[in-house]
Amino acid sequence: MEEGALELHYLTVHEASRLLAQREITSRQLTEAVLERIRQVDGRVRAYVTVTEDVALQQAEEADARLARGDATSLTGIPVCIKDVVCTRGVRTTCSSRILENFVPPYDAHVTERLREAGAVMVGKSNMDEFAMGSSTENSGFFPTHNPWDLERVPGGSSGGSAAGVAAGECLFALGSDTGGSIRQPASLCGVAGLKPTYGRVSRFGLVAFASSLDQIGPLARDVRDCALAMDFIAGYDPRDSTSAPMEVPDFTAALGGDLAGLRIGVPKEYFPEGMDAGVRQVISEAVRVMEGLGASVDWEVSLPSTRYALACYYIIAPSEASANLARYDGVKYGFSYQEGDSMWENMEKTRQHGFGDEVKRRIMLGTYALSAGYYDAYYLKAQKVRTLIRREFDAAFQSCDVLACPVSPTPAFRLGEKVDDPFQMYLSDVCTLPINIAGLPAISVPAGFVPAGGGPEGQRLPVGLQLIGRPFDEATVLRAAYAFQEATAWHKARPLL
Amino acid sequence: MGLTREEVLHIARLARVGLSEEDVARFQEQLSEILDHFDVLRQVDTESVPPTSHTLDLQNVTSPDQVRDSFPRKEVLANAPLPEEGFFRVRAVLE
Repeated sequence: MEEGALELHYLTVHEASRLLAQREITSRQLTEAVLERIRQVDGRVRAYVTVTEDVALQQAEEADARLARGDATSLTGIPVCIKDVVCTRGVRTTCSSRILENFVPPYDAHVTERLREAGAVMVGKSNMDEFAMGSSTENSGFFPTHNPWDLERVPGGSSGGSAAGVAAGECLFALGSDTGGSIRQPASLCGVAGLKPTYGRVSRFGLVAFASSLDQIGPLARDVRDCALAMDFIAGYDPRDSTSAPMEVPDFTAALGGDLAGLRIGVPKEYFPEGMDAGVRQVISEAVRVMEGLGASVDWEVSLPSTRYALACYYIIAPSEASANLARYDGVKYGFSYQEGDSMWENMEKTRQHGFGDEVKRRIMLGTYALSAGYYDAYYLKAQKVRTLIRREFDAAFQSCDVLACPVSPTPAFRLGEKVDDPFQMYLSDVCTLPINIAGLPAISVPAGFVPAGGGPEGQRLPVGLQLIGRPFDEATVLRAAYAFQEATAWHKARPLL
Repeated sequence: MGLTREEVLHIARLARVGLSEEDVARFQEQLSEILDHFDVLRQVDTESVPPTSHTLDLQNVTSPDQVRDSFPRKEVLANAPLPEEGFFRVRAVLE
């Protein structure tokens, strides 16, 4: 096979794995191609906070040795990018925050360990909204990431760096995290696949905590099969995470293939609000019809009435948990530390004032308020009860459906700067994704088409993702359905012009 | 139902986040708008609905009470802003 004919940096993980196993390419070649791609485009895309060139080349060499010994896994030698909210031993982990700008973790997250054991090659840590709080990556404490499909637009967030990196060929796959949509929404806006596992499916040990009852780590890739492959490695019980589910992990890649005969799809009406982009509505409807064509039956009248309460529910619960999780950033044991105050308290207050960006401060304050004396019952406790109702409605829907299909984002990628001054408008970007985190369900965004860019140049088109939601711990069905859709279309093969 | 300036300052003190005058005004407006939206939850009847703190069937997960090695001291102090003689130096807590 002519190496020059291949764009190595745009190989899928499973294609690359096959070529590596057959010794048609080496991990060194693959890694160097990805690093070269980063050199070419990251000045414009800005997906990376830290590129770990030396580490990557070292790991590539080790991978090649392993491949030669015949001792490799499907991820050995594969360049991966890790969202900077996941701890990587000896490698700066910033959460895109000034307060952790120079923090070097002394340990690997569980998922990092799994990737290391598998022999994956870490090319770097990706940019994000600070502490995973945001929907555009504009809240990064360092710089925004740009959407490879239109550099004047956002990649989505908070895993914007991971999504943009995958879309631009700056890695073969990536890890992101999703608390309210932070894998799925940027995946949708960047035209790649992104999976949020069931809460408890992937260990949060070493994931810098934002909202402990909502956070999950998951894969982003240009192909659903690669997401399944990554899940085969990162999912599973970890005793170090007290919220890790002691559940058997099926072989996710083995579940892929075949048509959708017998699959019952439900389309929840409330996820198509008035005022959503007409193009997005059309893409999603057509996508569901494609799945119908593959043998699925569709109930277009599923209703989840509590959807309208999900935004308030999420923006009480998540900030409340965040206010507790971010209390540790006090400048005492690590991180930015203001020293010129008159007292310990002043130092702490100024550390947090200067170390945190606006959105982080807003959410800490929202959460502090919602948990404070006199307000706890009205806000936090109330939100937790509404959470029960939201989950019950999903459970009821899954009595007669196997997956639910709906949009990921009500709009395609918006312009940089368009929503930064209006936090509430920004929050509305996640109305279709938040309820899934509240309910703890697995869900994927899979590339489903393109829409014209509103107000953009003639002919410009932006990606739109289809969201498929599954029963708890039924990632296999979600992946199978997404894969079948992918294989019946070509959206996932489109590449941005960079 | 908006937040007063005093409430904003109170929350900031509880959260130990310093705010400039400009921040106080800006957050007062933004937080009030967000909190207004939360009123929608008053419409929900949650009379006999139990709260959900997380979506798993797990309760009181414990780990075995085993003595294990922790990190070497050098690694623990590697990120310390003011390491001193094997300790984290801090400002006086008590006057």
